[in-house]
Amino acid sequence: MKVSVVQGILSANDQLAAQNRDQLDQLGICVVNVMASPGSGKTSLILRTLDQLAGRMRVAVIEGDIASTVDADKVATRGVPVVQINTGGQCHLDAPMLRNALAQLPLDQLDLIFVENVGNLICPVDFRLGEDVNVVIASVPEGDDKPYKYPGIFLAVDAVVINKVDLLPYVHFDVAAFRRLVTGMNPGLQILEVSCETGQGIAEWVAWIVEQREKRRRP
Amino acid sequence: MHELSITQNILNIVGDYAGRAVAQKVTVIHLVVGELTGFVDDSIQFYFDMLSPGTMAEGARLEIQRIPAEVRCRSCGAIFALEGYKWTCPLCGEVGGDVQRGREFRIDSIEVVQGADLTPGREP
Repeated sequence: MKVSVVQGILSANDQLAAQNRDQLDQLGICVVNVMASPGSGKTSLILRTLDQLAGRMRVAVIEGDIASTVDADKVATRGVPVVQINTGGQCHLDAPMLRNALAQLPLDQLDLIFVENVGNLICPVDFRLGEDVNVVIASVPEGDDKPYKYPGIFLAVDAVVINKVDLLPYVHFDVAAFRRLVTGMNPGLQILEVSCETGQGIAEWVAWIVEQREKRRRP
Repeated sequence: MHELSITQNILNIVGDYAGRAVAQKVTVIHLVVGELTGFVDDSIQFYFDMLSPGTMAEGARLEIQRIPAEVRCRSCGAIFALEGYKWTCPLCGEVGGDVQRGREFRIDSIEVVQGADLTPGREP
């Protein structure tokens, strides 16, 4: 006998992500899920952002890594609440992990949470956490062909941050072609060019983040 | 690596529906997997063979239907396969487009043997 199922395989994760989202909405907290390959500058961008937002907004960070507290230790030097999730080999964060991490944060005292996902352009895309905003960092030395190779992530995000633009004179990365491609794939996308090394473009990025948070402020 | 947790999800959903159908055994699981998802057939099969023993789905066949990625050009409306054209419309040259197919990731149906059919002397 054939039994019709037609159920998304990730529906259990999706449901828990929706619960996380409801809880965060009620508290008026905006969650930004930062995804990218290893070494593209996820932690550097978060550190730059924390420096700009100090005294303006109450921010916490959730650090996802397969192992170690290296990133969490760096974030802790900025004096903000930080929770380290070690996935123990798993290539992405998921909704239950975010739920556990949220339980360790002073949620009634926060406006914004950055989640640094595991360094990987494939797996984090399919697992919703309960986030408001999805961001991918594409760093210049990785090359401008990543949207061809990893279309899923560029289709899923609200913003692409092109990092390490200070290296553009030294490596091949056609910014105009890259912009044309990702805009063609995902027309609503915000594209920001930054250098976490020199600070170029960071003010525009932070302004965009503040705008996202303001859109979700509880009335 | 995440095919392990994915496969556990598949077994949970299959067990749920098979239970509701008062099944004794699941014989086939029909999955629909789009090319744009990050899931690998062989890996799902590997974990399925590892996790399914002792469940109703033990010994079931996984039928995985892969859906190729298709994009609709926003300029001229042509539908083209993503693989060959690198996000460039073969008719008008426009870059990009709206994804029509290729993001599926679901269990479509299962085939089960119900309790009565397992009685001795009856072929399932």
